[in-house]
Amino acid sequence: LFEGDVDEETWERLEEALIMADVGATTTAKVVGQLEQEAESGGLEGGEALSRRLQELLADIARTGQDRIDLRHDPTVILMVGVNGTGKTTTLGKIAWHLRNELGKSVMLGAADTFRAAATEQLQGWAERAGVPIVTGPEGSDPGAVAWDAIVQGRAQGADVVLIDTAGRLHTQDDLMAELSKVRRVIAKQLPDAPHETLLTVDATTGQNGLRQARLFAEAAEVDGIVLTKLDGTAKGGIALAIAGELGIPVKLIGVGEALEDLRPFDADDFAQALLS
Amino acid sequence: MFDALSDKLQATLSDVRARGTLTEDDINKAMREIRLALLEADVNFKVVKSFTANVKERALGADVLGQLNPGQQVVKIVSDELTSLMGGAAAGVSFSPRPPTVILMAGLQGSGKTTATAKLARHLREQNGSSVAVAACDVYRPAAVDQLVKVGAQAGATVYEQGTDRDPVDIAGWALDRAKQEGKDVLIVDTSGRLHVDERLMDELVRIRKVVRPHTILLVVDAMTGQDAVNVAEQFAQAVQFDGVVMTKLDGDARGGAALSVKAVTGKPILFASTGEKLDQFERFHPDRMAQRILGM
Ligand SMILES: Nc1nc2c(ncn2[C@@H]2O[C@H](COP(=O)(O)OP(=O)(O)OP(=O)(O)O)[C@@H](O)[C@H]2O)c(=O)[nH]1
Ligand SMILES: Nc1nc2c(ncn2[C@@H]2O[C@H](COP(=O)(O)OP(=O)(O)OP(=O)(O)O)[C@@H](O)[C@H]2O)c(=O)[nH]1
Ligand SMILES: [K+]
Ligand SMILES: [Mg+2]
Ligand SMILES: [Mg+2]
Repeated sequence: LFEGDVDEETWERLEEALIMADVGATTTAKVVGQLEQEAESGGLEGGEALSRRLQELLADIARTGQDRIDLRHDPTVILMVGVNGTGKTTTLGKIAWHLRNELGKSVMLGAADTFRAAATEQLQGWAERAGVPIVTGPEGSDPGAVAWDAIVQGRAQGADVVLIDTAGRLHTQDDLMAELSKVRRVIAKQLPDAPHETLLTVDATTGQNGLRQARLFAEAAEVDGIVLTKLDGTAKGGIALAIAGELGIPVKLIGVGEALEDLRPFDADDFAQALLS
Repeated sequence: MFDALSDKLQATLSDVRARGTLTEDDINKAMREIRLALLEADVNFKVVKSFTANVKERALGADVLGQLNPGQQVVKIVSDELTSLMGGAAAGVSFSPRPPTVILMAGLQGSGKTTATAKLARHLREQNGSSVAVAACDVYRPAAVDQLVKVGAQAGATVYEQGTDRDPVDIAGWALDRAKQEGKDVLIVDTSGRLHVDERLMDELVRIRKVVRPHTILLVVDAMTGQDAVNVAEQFAQAVQFDGVVMTKLDGDARGGAALSVKAVTGKPILFASTGEKLDQFERFHPDRMAQRILGM
């Protein structure tokens, strides 16, 4: 990016790279403006210094809030929310496997997507793969009731973590967003400070709409963190930078494939580097 | 009825009417607003670049000079150009003179293929009175077969499935044989989601195509997709030369600039719009409405 003389074209190239990574015009302008200013005031000499500073700026924006998941509650309740097809159910399967096989935790799954065809069967498939028990409800039944049952069962069996799946929904569907708030209230009735962690899946291929998704899901469901899925493709997931920068919601996990082990903790420096590669 | 972009352009060009002339400077200012609006709508960066260059040329031409309301004129030029870029009239799928007509569905994970398979089956039954079968060729995603069995039945289609133990290419071939035997008018083949850079799965798609020789291949694209949409479309076009696009999740507030970008780089039209999770939320695509939407009108 910073080869040769630094001139107008350099900044245009940088702008192009960030836009192409779905960072969005607002955050891009902020980053480019800042770097340009620092370069002009003479603080940064040469391509290497600029490059390093750029990555620092990007990583700083990405690094926000509490980026770890606190598992010290008994049990810890994690609620998965997000737009249709972004990877909620798959991510839950991966988390369940990770908790059980790598951290030795006991897990209970709750299949509270009672709406989509075969959503319950899909999560059952993951429960089998991960070797964890699951609570399900009939198709079309109240998702709050399934969440409730999962926590009751989880507590009865001494589970360390209860993971609850929900149906995909668009952030623009007021009735479905209200349903999500209701599921949270039901969970809190069973366990006062739960859900302890509400995770929003954002597909890395998502464009500028991702910012609206995060804003409206956060309003309805107090989102604690983002799981940025499908980073194994060519999309850079730059919208997560805009979400972190503008809404202060941290990315906590990333999805890098469709297998059980394809889940990673988020690393701001790696992310910043990959954004422009 | 005035939208954000239109308002901005009016403001940007407000002094023009008083002066009675439109300078290159005025147009450049307007182009910056349009550029931002298009990027905000997820139109691909490179597409935006050539697009604004075209619009600028027209706006500086005789079309706008001397008009009473240059702001509106510029908006109109943009909207016209967007519509024509997206492919004038609404198009449909082509049918084989010798049934079954085979339609192959492809796309990234979670884009909405399985849902669109059932929706299209329902659409063809209702619109054309066709007898439709759907084939379950996703053996990877847990319960993908169950999902198609359910939504396929809801759509009134016959579902051909062989569980998850066979190779998807074999299942596709078997399903075609059955569709022939049973005299189906249409066979729609659902496939698993795949990344355009996944060589093994892209190769599998090519092999499925060889076996079923589809009359129409549809790429299913999520309307919320960002800048990567053109990469995806180019790679799928290279591998299987798809014929058209199904744009999904248009019931949300995504502007859908990905739609325009896919059309611009591959030349393939958008044939259908999916606007909800219910099977009847599916319609022929209208380029002019999409142009308005991208501009936020
Ligand atoms: N390549 C890749 N695919 C993924 C990843 N995460 C999920 N997927 C795929 O994306 C598709 C959708 O995933 P789901 O887990 O069903 O998504 P969801 O959000 O639960 O979907 P709904 O419940 O229908 O809203 C599936 O084909 C998954 O295998 C990832 O990190 N990488
Ligand atoms: N709101 C909305 N949701 C949709 C639309 N089309 C599909 N969906 C939802 O998007 C999610 C994914 O749809 P699927 O049909 O399973 O997608 P797919 O491409 O078959 O997914 P994979 O097979 O995992 O690659 C489901 O929750 C669908 O109900 C649409 O037009 N609007
Ligand atoms: K998607
Ligand atoms: Mg799900
Ligand atoms: Mg599918």
